[in-house]
Amino acid sequence: MNNAGSSLAPRAAPAPLVPRNRIWRRTVNTVARGLSFCAAVLGICFLAWILITVVVRGVGALQPSFFLELPPPPGVAEGGLGNAMLGTLYVTALGMLFGVPTGMMAGVFLNEFGRHSRFGGMVRFTVNLMMGIPSIIMGLFVFTIIVVPAGHFSGLAGGVALALLIVPIVARTTEDMLNLVPPTLRESALALGAPRWRVTFGVLFPVARAGIVTGVLLALARVSGETAPLLFTALNSPYWPESIFKPMANLTVTIFAFAMSPYKDWQQLAWGASLFITAVVLAVTIAARVILHRRTP
Amino acid sequence: MSEFARNPPTRRFGDIIFRSLALAFAAIVVAALIGIFIQLISSSWLSLRTFGLSFLFSTEWNPVTGQFGSATTVYGTLVSTLIAMVLAVPVSLAIGGFLADLAGPTLRNVVGTAIELLAAVPSIIFGMWGLFIFAPFLAQYVQPPVQQVFGTFPLFQGPPIGIGMLTAGIILALMVLPFISAVVRDVLMLVPPMLKEAAFGLGCTEWEVARKVTVPFAAQGIMGAVFLGLARAIGETMAVTFVIGNNHDISPSLFMPGTTIPSTLANEFTEATTPLYLSALAELGLVLFVITFVIQVLAQLWLRRLARYSGSGR
Repeated sequence: MNNAGSSLAPRAAPAPLVPRNRIWRRTVNTVARGLSFCAAVLGICFLAWILITVVVRGVGALQPSFFLELPPPPGVAEGGLGNAMLGTLYVTALGMLFGVPTGMMAGVFLNEFGRHSRFGGMVRFTVNLMMGIPSIIMGLFVFTIIVVPAGHFSGLAGGVALALLIVPIVARTTEDMLNLVPPTLRESALALGAPRWRVTFGVLFPVARAGIVTGVLLALARVSGETAPLLFTALNSPYWPESIFKPMANLTVTIFAFAMSPYKDWQQLAWGASLFITAVVLAVTIAARVILHRRTP
Repeated sequence: MSEFARNPPTRRFGDIIFRSLALAFAAIVVAALIGIFIQLISSSWLSLRTFGLSFLFSTEWNPVTGQFGSATTVYGTLVSTLIAMVLAVPVSLAIGGFLADLAGPTLRNVVGTAIELLAAVPSIIFGMWGLFIFAPFLAQYVQPPVQQVFGTFPLFQGPPIGIGMLTAGIILALMVLPFISAVVRDVLMLVPPMLKEAAFGLGCTEWEVARKVTVPFAAQGIMGAVFLGLARAIGETMAVTFVIGNNHDISPSLFMPGTTIPSTLANEFTEATTPLYLSALAELGLVLFVITFVIQVLAQLWLRRLARYSGSGR
């Protein structure tokens, strides 16, 4: 490439503009393309392997009894996870109930009042940080503030732990989506004399609705498959959920317990629950994408 | 005019409520983060006082004698995350690059959507698959031949049972792979086409364009993606708990069972009987919190620099 070795030349000649060996460059390019393609195929094959396994192993467990009955004692082939399913529904609903309004209002604050203030920057930083905090830490935190003072595990505590995961996601998307609304709309509404709260809820929210709903659905998809924050909060229970102030059965912790057990029937139920929860999460994610894409073609 | 004169006070009143409500909820978010930190410290106070700094360096983890140290779990957390990142980052770069620059629009859409959906699959599914499918597969088809060839290296000694540090690392890699790939793709798509076209116009091959134009331009964004993946891997609980073996020993072998902070918490927290045991587990949580906090702050500062650099303002 450069022939600086020559001692006769007063200074090294600039690198010649002749292209390097064309065959070599082509080969490198083909190899790089091939490797990139192989990596993509490899990654997708592994991920397909996982999904196919879940479907194949889980589909046998999905009978009517799976949705309607209580878990069986070990060694008994019948029974289902009806209680865990209902419990997951309750805990997730509680999480959404606490998390979505909080996240939305925090998002509104960030967009309406926190754009240039120091506190706004702090809230935005906190929201981003919270997205990266391991979910098990949320479980630990809620254990110390709710389970320990109450003296027992409860579905309510599980809901609060999930809410802590929902808040940053909803806050972030709400802020981003409100921010995308054309400023002219806001200005026209303000010019007509509308108060700010009406501008936000009456003008900006309807325009940004698709995006905000997407954020809520993504948060739902994220928490409905979570296990770690429920381990020390909702715990688990072999009975139907009675009260949110008691330990509550839920699908993910049941999967964990049954998969780790030595009993084949329990493991079978765990696979069924895995398939169910994966299907639900993917359906919610797809719904979120469809809503977003229909809005912004 | 009279209406205008009449209305402002009520309007202002509504807006004051609106503003204070929004402020209150935003304050809740900040308070939650501070509360997490304070609660973790106060719950681990007993352990902090009993073991002091030696908690960080002691490899002892013995609930019976009440001796606790975090070195084994921190070691396991860092090693499993390192394995995951070493495996996942190059493959994610390849997938992201493939999607952004090589694949046609149809393939990009299909594979891109698949990758995004896979990023949503709950981590416990990866754990189940790891325990029942992947660990036996490793134990039967991968570990014995590897040991036959490299058996003398300490890195590959131990029982070929399929459960251990390497398996946990691979499962974690699979988990963060879709996540990092999707972000890398997005970052690469932001590279102005003009730059690429100019390079192609000079006669560069695709590889040369990627190496000398696209990747350098997107380097900061790629770093951000890696940071986010790292934060996710380091705090992952369920995918690891199933396959790591919960063994509080530091071993040079990748085939040996180990443990991580989240998996120790998942396995032992509800069984901890003594206050000191609980407190030591809480201190593990505190250590994990601090580690992820530092990574997040670094990532945030990095991304903020990136935002300023690319001029998006936020």
